[in-house]
Amino acid sequence: MAAGVATWLPFARAAAVGWLPLAKKTMPKPPVDKKSRNDEILFVNVSGLRFQTWKNTLDRYPDTLLGSSEKEFFYNEDTQEYFFDRDPEMFRHILNFYRTGKLHYPRQECIQAFDEELAFYGIVPDIIGDCCMEEYRDRKKENQERLAEDTEAENATDTPLPPHSTSRERLWRAFENPHTSTMALVFYYVTGFFIAVSVIANVVETVPCRPPKGSKKDLPCGEKYTLAFFCMDTACVLIFTFEYLMRLFAAPSRCKFMRSVMSVIDVVAIMPYYIGLVMPENEDVSGAFVTLRVFRVFRIFKFSRHSQGLRILGYTLKSCASELGFLLFSLTMAIIIFATVMFYAEKGTKGTNFTSIPASFWYTIVTMTTLGYGDMVPNTIAGKIFGSICSLSGVLVIALPVPVIVSNFSRIYHQNQRADKMRAQQKVRLARIRLAKKGTTNAFLQYKEEGGFQGRGSDNALCLKNRSSFEHQHHHLLHCLEKTTNHEFTDELTFSEMCMTESVGYRTSRSTSISSQQGVATSCCPRRAKRRAIRLANSTVSVSRGSVQELDTLQVHKTSAGPQSSRSSLNARTEDLKLNCEDRDFTAAIISIPTPPANTPDESLPPSPAIPGILRNSRPTSFTHETVKISSL
Amino acid sequence: MPPASMLIILELFCSSCKDSVEDELELSAARHRPEALEQLEAQTRFSRKELQILYRGFKNECPSGVVNEDTFKEIYSQFFPQGDASTYAHFLFDAFDTDHNGSVSFEDFVMGLSILLRGTVQEKLNWAFNLYDINKDGYITKEEMLDIIKSIYDMMGKCTYPTLKEETPRQHVEIFFQKMDKNRDGVVTIDEFIDCCQNDENIMKSMQLFENVI
Repeated sequence: MAAGVATWLPFARAAAVGWLPLAKKTMPKPPVDKKSRNDEILFVNVSGLRFQTWKNTLDRYPDTLLGSSEKEFFYNEDTQEYFFDRDPEMFRHILNFYRTGKLHYPRQECIQAFDEELAFYGIVPDIIGDCCMEEYRDRKKENQERLAEDTEAENATDTPLPPHSTSRERLWRAFENPHTSTMALVFYYVTGFFIAVSVIANVVETVPCRPPKGSKKDLPCGEKYTLAFFCMDTACVLIFTFEYLMRLFAAPSRCKFMRSVMSVIDVVAIMPYYIGLVMPENEDVSGAFVTLRVFRVFRIFKFSRHSQGLRILGYTLKSCASELGFLLFSLTMAIIIFATVMFYAEKGTKGTNFTSIPASFWYTIVTMTTLGYGDMVPNTIAGKIFGSICSLSGVLVIALPVPVIVSNFSRIYHQNQRADKMRAQQKVRLARIRLAKKGTTNAFLQYKEEGGFQGRGSDNALCLKNRSSFEHQHHHLLHCLEKTTNHEFTDELTFSEMCMTESVGYRTSRSTSISSQQGVATSCCPRRAKRRAIRLANSTVSVSRGSVQELDTLQVHKTSAGPQSSRSSLNARTEDLKLNCEDRDFTAAIISIPTPPANTPDESLPPSPAIPGILRNSRPTSFTHETVKISSL
Repeated sequence: MPPASMLIILELFCSSCKDSVEDELELSAARHRPEALEQLEAQTRFSRKELQILYRGFKNECPSGVVNEDTFKEIYSQFFPQGDASTYAHFLFDAFDTDHNGSVSFEDFVMGLSILLRGTVQEKLNWAFNLYDINKDGYITKEEMLDIIKSIYDMMGKCTYPTLKEETPRQHVEIFFQKMDKNRDGVVTIDEFIDCCQNDENIMKSMQLFENVI
């Protein structure tokens, strides 16, 4: 919608005639437009392809290369045209942006080439229209990820170590990437071997071996060869502990390492052994101890350091977690419904298996997944009917639409992402609009500060000239509005300060530090005003009487990039003007003037210089950065 | 299938068809072609070239050829980022929409501009009176003036110096009526308005300000 604001400006200015009979003050003079108002056709030659367009079309976006005077650098006197040595195919899209206000992303173009063209012509990619924005974002993200992967791969593997790395860094690299040195490789394979040994030992432990001589019962091997298994376990745990401690030592960020998944798995793998050592051979706790031994199976997950595939699987599951959760939830709902129904249907039967609803869960799951173990069967007619409905719905719910569900989830997932993307886009767009609005306001206030209306000395003239005629006219319009209402535009900071001064009642003294007010709320908060009043009272007491002004602190703070730029900010591009108009705001803080409070100025007095003691944004009028001239009284 | 449900289905189908047909009609009505260039040249005080430039800009922004009120408000609000320009834009829209059909076509647009930029002082004052007279009954009452002035102050926004007070618009209205309402009957008629403005030097001088906008 920001397209062609320049087109409507003459209309808005014409409509200002409606304010004339109401104006409280006289209207300011309009800016003189020295350029000829005749529209002309410009020729733009892009690598041989000649484009023609109205000058007005290009002037719509004064922030870009083609809309500003920057294009004069490319003007070819001999052929009377603007020559750009760039891609002519892409230029078509750029020019269409000027014509229609919407930037489209051509799908067959490379995203990086497109970005480069946009950067050359000074167009911010955020302006891409809704129709093409998603595609653009997706391609961009893909590209970035690919680049990131490439750089990661480059950095990680085969680059030689920096010469002066400590042994700790070398150790860490050896662990992360075993192919760097032979030692690392050896260690990698050794740990892999021991993981395998440990897992196999866990498995074999439970296999029944031939009983020792003299006994009839079959014994699990673990109990027959206790010592052997114990030794093997100890050896494995020693290796794992050693490995874990080495990693912990070598990790560049120990906290981060300890929180990572792999280290948690390591800890879980070795903990049971130590706990088993510590725990006494007590009957009561041995049950818990047995449970702990289950955790030894987690050692198999240590293989994921050795296998890329496992890691990818884990990552996929993690990213699909929400879909799986939803699937599980809907299944749970169905299970609960059917279990309840089956329970109440079978309630009357004697000796029934359906003793409770949770007990019926088992039946429902087995039936719905079409397993049908047959350990629980309904006996009543109602139970059989519902049981058959359950199994049919199980077929429908699980077996048939699994592909449909999978694709649905894929679609929902993308849609959700799209909704998030849209929301993010919306936020970005709103932020950009707000920024543009602020920029316009700030440009106007800056214009006023520089004495644009009074037309002061020659050192300001250079600053002022850098505004486009659009800005001149827009500022004139805003100035007319100010004169109509006899109020002035200010920025939020000054406004909130004035709120406080007025509520305190001191028109002529102020004692607040401005730099701490960056985030101050713009609503006049009476509580805050009261607090400030107390501080004010305390500070003015300490100031000497008489008409002495004291400058307490001068603070320079750089304003945030874009908005203070003196170009109109439909594009919100930041550029430094190389002249003395630096983007700095010098705000003077803490001036207290102990003039008698009876001297309250009339509200209808003309603006800043006449009001004593109130300092607003002052500008450096000399060419250096350091000296500051502050106008007061 | 029971006949009732068939009827319901048929009705739904038909209503959706109707909507699409209506939409189509609406769309075709919304497309508007202006009168010929010669006619507009005769009716307004713009030259041929100026009309061409104006129309190109207008058509580019509104390909359908008309501006509706919401678009108008959006456009106008972009010039006043600090405040809320929508109320004033509404009044402005009513002033431009001379045939009161809810949309501003190119003719309305260009005729309005012709008066504002190239008209005589009398015509401009007439236009301003028409803007202030919200119900177009020939009289400006205090309430109408208050609405207009409030909407202008709304455009200033909150962050002004000095701060806007509650009574400022009302005071402004009082000043205006004191100046304009000669017979003290509580309303301002067109003659009072034009008379008074012609006697006011400041207003007369400022009328020339916007001549060179196009």
